[in-house]
Amino acid sequence: MTDAPLLEITGVGKRFGGFIALADIELAVQQGERVGLVGPNGSGKSTLVNCICGTLRNETGSVRFGGHWLDGMKAHERTRLGLARSFQLPRPFATMTLAENLRVPILYAVNVRNGHTMTDIETRCDELLRMVGLLDKAHRLPRDLTQIEMRKLELARAMASEPRLLISDEAMAGLSHGEVDDILALLLKLNEQGVTIIMIEHIMRAVLAFSQRLVVLVAGRKIADGDPQAVVRQSDVVEAYLGS
Amino acid sequence: MRNITFVGLLTIAAAVVFAAMLWVHNGYVFFAGYVVLQYIVLATAWNILGGYTGYVNFGVAAFFACGAYSTVALDKIWAPPLIVLILVGGVVSGIIGLGTGYLTLRLRGTFFGIATLALAVVAQTLITNWSFVGGSRGAYIIRPEHAPFLPLDYIQYLCLWMLILSVASLATARAIEHSRLGVGFATIRDDELAAEASGVPTLRLKLIATVLSGAFMGMAGAPLPYYVTYLDPSSGFSLSYAVNTIAMPLIGGTSSWLGPLIGAVLLGTLQQVATVTISSALSLLIVGLMLVGFVVVAPNGIIGWFAPVTRTRMRRLRGSR
Repeated sequence: MTDAPLLEITGVGKRFGGFIALADIELAVQQGERVGLVGPNGSGKSTLVNCICGTLRNETGSVRFGGHWLDGMKAHERTRLGLARSFQLPRPFATMTLAENLRVPILYAVNVRNGHTMTDIETRCDELLRMVGLLDKAHRLPRDLTQIEMRKLELARAMASEPRLLISDEAMAGLSHGEVDDILALLLKLNEQGVTIIMIEHIMRAVLAFSQRLVVLVAGRKIADGDPQAVVRQSDVVEAYLGS
Repeated sequence: MRNITFVGLLTIAAAVVFAAMLWVHNGYVFFAGYVVLQYIVLATAWNILGGYTGYVNFGVAAFFACGAYSTVALDKIWAPPLIVLILVGGVVSGIIGLGTGYLTLRLRGTFFGIATLALAVVAQTLITNWSFVGGSRGAYIIRPEHAPFLPLDYIQYLCLWMLILSVASLATARAIEHSRLGVGFATIRDDELAAEASGVPTLRLKLIATVLSGAFMGMAGAPLPYYVTYLDPSSGFSLSYAVNTIAMPLIGGTSSWLGPLIGAVLLGTLQQVATVTISSALSLLIVGLMLVGFVVVAPNGIIGWFAPVTRTRMRRLRGSR
């Protein structure tokens, strides 16, 4: 008998007017899994993330996470259940220092579950900043950061909510080869710590190095789901990326 | 500094101010002081929503005048003590704040501002057509000669209450700033989507901000009928309340409780001086000129000039841990 999946998406659909962004998406993610989610631009990857995280409401189907039905639940309530995301374009709290940015999820998501003292919070912020290599900039504002540092802050803030599932939405976009490896190492480290990760990415080298399973979306539909090496050789996946 | 210590120091400062006003022994000081203190409450209340969460409220006059008109209505029925009128004014405007929040907080930026401006127009139209509180003719309120239980004129008594409200609003604003609530408000101002994704219940927090802000504005308006003794919709809902109340935190700085205080004292005092020395019509011109000037030379308000120094010092302190 297998354990119930951590995340279970059944028949999720979303339209924007006449445009079908997602159609009947089925997906199950097990605890501790590393799943890559790929697809051409406009395939519905971010829309799916937004439906899972509560930023958008799916019109059909349902999302179940850790045994809870998420339908109708607000985004912050989903975060408190242990579902975190990073944004495609970093969205730091611009008037707050890096440490203060990390304090927000600890105060609002973690402390609701298990109360922390102020010392605990400071220690946790320092740990997270050390993990992403930004401890020396703890009291700087996000505007002082480089692009990769901004991505790291985004991931650290998502991790500050102590999630069971982290959805990383194109955390490597626009980064150099070496910087991609940095983020990749970071995500693998988080997974080793027990965090289930769904990685949305265009950089196939990173996706293949990271994913235990690969899911491909095209025009709002799931066309492949399985072993990454097998999936990338599938003719419809090749066609979606390279054309027929 | 702990909140309780801050309230203690603020109370001592308020007592000193009131003693100084009594010592000057000039009735006009209380008339002018009342207006300045009223603007401290209004500017601080506006800043709880506009400064901390970034939702710009142009409907200040609606909340303020509803507090004032709740006094007119109650005075006609029962004429309760001033503290009851202030509390009722706060409750009435707080409820209006809650309603406004539910109806408009899914709007952002300019759209929210326009919605609050519309609220002021709707409220003014309702009051203008409500004959019980005087309708368009206005209402006369008889101001008592002396304060109850205290050896003070009634104007001095009104001024004392406005001083108490100033202390209460400033203490509330500072307590918010140093609390989890203040952190939540700041995340809404910076990025609402990221705030939700970080576990911040943005809608609930915005409703708390609109209720608190509205309630303090209503409380500031409640004593007004006794101050002016005649209140009509065009003066109660005057646009100048909104203009002044928004200009004061912008001039002083919106990021801290100190900004609205500095702005209200500076602008309010200047307006009172201009009213008696030059002309009353000049007061709004002063606001306009100062606002333009400060937007150019101090976009983050007066406290913005000192913020970099404070921030650097704070970081140095933290860095030395």
